[in-house]
Amino acid sequence: MDMSRTMSWTSGPVGPSVGAMALATRTDRQPSLTRSLWGSTVGKKTVMAVSGLIMLMYLVAHMLGNLKIFFGSGEFNAYAHWLRTMGEPLLHYEWALWIVRVVLLAAVVLHGVAAYQLSRRDIRARPSKYVHKRRRASYATRTMRWGGIILALFIVWHLLDLTTLTVNENAQPGRPYENVVATFSTWYGNVIYLVAMTAVGLHIRHGFWSAAQTLGVGNARRDRILKTVANGLALVLTAGFVSVPVAVMTGVVS
Amino acid sequence: MSDYTAYSTGAPVIDTKAPSGPIAERWDTRRFEAKLVNPANRRKHTVIVVGTGLAGGAAGATLAEQGYHVVQFCYQDSPRRAHSIAAQGGINAAKNYRNDGDSIHRLFYDTVKGGDFRARESNVHRLAQISVEIIDQCVAQGVPFAREYGGLLDTRSFGGVQVSRTFYARGQTGQQLLLGAYQALSRQIAAGNVEMHARTEMLDLIVVDGRARGIVARDLITGRIDTYFADAVVLASGGYGNVFYLSTNAKNSNATAIWRAHRRGAYFANPCFTQIHPTCIPRSGDHQSKLTLMSESLRNDGRIWVPKAQGDTRPPADIPEDERDYYLERIYPSFGNLVPRDIASRAAKNVCDEGRGVGPGGQGVYLDFADAIRRLGRKAVEDKYGNLFEMYERITAENPYEVPMRIYPAIHYTMGGLWVDYDLQTTVPGLFAIGEANFSDHGANRLGASALMQGLADGYFVLPSTINDYLARNPHHDDVDASHPEAVRAVAETNDRLERLLAVDGDRTPDSFHKEIGELLWEYCGMARTEEGLRKALGRIPEIREEVWRRIKVPGTGEELNQSLEKANRIVDYLELAELLCLDALHRTESCGGHFREESQSEGGEAERRDEEFSYAAAWEFVGTGRAPVLHKEALEFAYVHPTQRSYA
Amino acid sequence: MRLTLRVWRQRNAEEPGAMVTYDIDDISEDMSFLEMLDTLNETLILRGDEPVAFDHDCREGICGACGVVINGDAHGPERTTTCQLHMRHFKDGDTVDVEPWRAGAFPVVKDLVVDRSAFDRIIGAGGYISVPTGAAPEAHATPVPKADADFAFEHAECIGCGACVAACPNGSAMLFTSAKVNHLNVLPQGAPERETRVLDMVSAMDEEGFGGCTLTGECATACPKGIPLPSIAAMNKEWLRATRKTSRR
Repeated sequence: MDMSRTMSWTSGPVGPSVGAMALATRTDRQPSLTRSLWGSTVGKKTVMAVSGLIMLMYLVAHMLGNLKIFFGSGEFNAYAHWLRTMGEPLLHYEWALWIVRVVLLAAVVLHGVAAYQLSRRDIRARPSKYVHKRRRASYATRTMRWGGIILALFIVWHLLDLTTLTVNENAQPGRPYENVVATFSTWYGNVIYLVAMTAVGLHIRHGFWSAAQTLGVGNARRDRILKTVANGLALVLTAGFVSVPVAVMTGVVS
Repeated sequence: MSDYTAYSTGAPVIDTKAPSGPIAERWDTRRFEAKLVNPANRRKHTVIVVGTGLAGGAAGATLAEQGYHVVQFCYQDSPRRAHSIAAQGGINAAKNYRNDGDSIHRLFYDTVKGGDFRARESNVHRLAQISVEIIDQCVAQGVPFAREYGGLLDTRSFGGVQVSRTFYARGQTGQQLLLGAYQALSRQIAAGNVEMHARTEMLDLIVVDGRARGIVARDLITGRIDTYFADAVVLASGGYGNVFYLSTNAKNSNATAIWRAHRRGAYFANPCFTQIHPTCIPRSGDHQSKLTLMSESLRNDGRIWVPKAQGDTRPPADIPEDERDYYLERIYPSFGNLVPRDIASRAAKNVCDEGRGVGPGGQGVYLDFADAIRRLGRKAVEDKYGNLFEMYERITAENPYEVPMRIYPAIHYTMGGLWVDYDLQTTVPGLFAIGEANFSDHGANRLGASALMQGLADGYFVLPSTINDYLARNPHHDDVDASHPEAVRAVAETNDRLERLLAVDGDRTPDSFHKEIGELLWEYCGMARTEEGLRKALGRIPEIREEVWRRIKVPGTGEELNQSLEKANRIVDYLELAELLCLDALHRTESCGGHFREESQSEGGEAERRDEEFSYAAAWEFVGTGRAPVLHKEALEFAYVHPTQRSYA
Repeated sequence: MRLTLRVWRQRNAEEPGAMVTYDIDDISEDMSFLEMLDTLNETLILRGDEPVAFDHDCREGICGACGVVINGDAHGPERTTTCQLHMRHFKDGDTVDVEPWRAGAFPVVKDLVVDRSAFDRIIGAGGYISVPTGAAPEAHATPVPKADADFAFEHAECIGCGACVAACPNGSAMLFTSAKVNHLNVLPQGAPERETRVLDMVSAMDEEGFGGCTLTGECATACPKGIPLPSIAAMNKEWLRATRKTSRR
């Protein structure tokens, strides 16, 4: 008898036999929340959705802060300084900023690791490709993985450029306005930034809607609203971020 | 002429399990008389169930819940695909939620009468009683029946009965009921109580010391032939409608399990009771592989007609009103388009035989909704029949809102099957047959929405009660294994048969033979049968059988997935079954339900039953391929429903 | 009409497969796609070649047995099952590529036949309501609001054909699993097992090696029964609810 095929069906969790009547087939589960989340594809997607939304909220604040550049060096640099003193006197100098940094770092790492693990799993789940190729899903959907990698690389460059000032042409601590202008005065600075902001837009466009589905907020009725909000967020954030290099290039900010 | 028709009549077959007493108490009586198996001992008993449709799926799940060890088989890749899934209309139950005068007794009465007085009263009454429990069970399983705004179950009237007792889930009632049974079965599979063998087909029955003790089955992927043993074998393998090649059955539905059981001693009852459904989509050409049924409800609003003139090939819109023949309304003024299935089907055949049929090959009649659309508006028609119209358009590329539908009758259900007693046990002790595989409850004609009811009644409630009695009286023995001479013999015969089919290497495909048998039966043993035609078919069948072994071509080997070999093997059995089907039709010179003998009709063309001669179930005993079988009659008694002649004029 | 077919031929699970080209003539536009394959097979048999193996049964779009990828689309260009796809959707002279479902969890058995038993195991993990035969209360004891009954039905329509998995670039079974979870979880009868059902079925789905969902929507586009994409969001909601309720704190 071909046991392999037969058994493969019955090899799942076999319930306890209760006397002659085998009844219970349900697992009696009480795993920890962390284990539930990280141990399942749906849970990991939840982690990605939550970390993504945290980063999205940060991006909204970040973009609004960036717009202060249009009000001159004094206001922009003062705002940058305030970021270090916010929370005082309850918190020590830069504590609040570090809290934000730690939360963001955790979000980025969780988002990235979950994405990496899920992607590997997805690729394994589809080991052979169709001979006849065709595409249907939207561009934003298909570019989530590559877009994510581009954004990860961008974040590294962005930190080296304007936080640690390692690669900045101006590299004056405490003078972010001038550092930003310096970055966008180089051709590569603009190219990297514009590519990354396009990626951010696309990533948010599918990511926000996708996060809503993962968190179970989506349904047929709300679908149009969610898609509109996703598109709106993507557009506003991209436009807001892109306005800075454009302003530098056109001489509005200098 | 072969001597196959020279059948002899043996001793009457008697249902020894049928309880006596008032009909409403018989089921309780039988359940009380039946011996029980101690719950602690049930695990030691193995029951084989072949098939996972409504009957098989329900039986497998229920027996496992009771504690038996179940080994179950289906040829499909999953038990969820059994052909019960395709039933559209609904399931009858005597709930009387509508307060419209329905009752268990009325459902019993309607079923006996609808079966044209060829069913057993006791069985039908039990079916009507259990119908009520089936709905409870299915609702509890989560079957999403149609509901009204108050949250209660909706029902509709179906198949011309005067009460609304049909529960439904849009046009997919069979699917939803089957998935309910499949889910219950899946739960038992996951619990380890059912050992499921998908893609495994039963090819023979193993009978040891006169008792069914196991089966021979082929793993359709590896081709491996194996034996499986049990204390009882339950066949839930469905009907034999596919012997006609074109039918509404699934392509792989087949008669091998019941035919092999018949060859091993189980009597086959009333094979000539086959049901033809009048509203199927006609064939579009020789490539046609199966026929698709459309719900009979279409006849509530559609008008059936053909041109008055022969060979009128004008488009229907160009045929003026006075050149159309609304033949059902003309012949049956009081029932019109709503006459029963068999009458509507025969009338369609008659007008097509007169050369007035429409569509390719003149094998079709119009079902016209123009009047309904005018009367009710397109929107109302769309609400009622939208999904059916869509299905029709997908298949034919014609828009039924603008062009009349074309319909033609097709084989749909087989009332005949393995003879069983009140316990659903065949004449081979330990072998049970449930659902469409048996013959018991529908007599000569099945009412709409009763097939689902019977399958589930047998599977969930009847068999799990009655099989206890057999298992309790035949204690478990570990005495049979693959080395038993009967098992060795059955395996050898199976292997030999498959090897011979592979070795012929002729010049005809298995399908070409299947089509040939189908066309022969449809012509001579279809909607209307005559002695002359049946004798012609009986003369031809042995010739085709001989030709199969000379000319069939089966490529590949037996040790792999080989769909040609599967087909070829089924055809061998169809060719024997076809012969018995024709013989049964020949011997029953009356017209009755789905069986219409042209010699037995009134002047108005109505079927005429002959109760004095034929008030019996014909159970046939196999004695050898091509050899005249032995007829055993089971006399039918009607104490509660008095036989009357049907009239729809 | 005349067609050039390129069909995936693979002897068994172990041997590698390849696309094989067949020219086929006299195809009627009224044939279903499977009848076209029948016609090819009749020719192949008479030529002494092995016919193309493919799964099929009811041929009326309800059993879920059939399903091949036609020119890159699961079940072909129309929203229906392969058995209900008719040749009138192709043109004379077309080249048609026919491939099996491709997914890690659906290994090829032979030619166009794949093993979808993983679906059965997902159902076995929790796609049921535990109600032994005979234990049911009277059917009208619990009314079900019509909206819930309709929602349940919409999801219960799934035929388990696997087109969702075949179409998904991640080979994910989320749409299949969510259809059953939503069908049973919305009903009052399914409430007692509401949490364990979704948790166990998602675990089983993961164990079978299906990919995760990236909400590309390909599954819902391919689904012949129109199971909607929001079905997945509804299951995610059930899963999160169940995780919250059952996790150890």
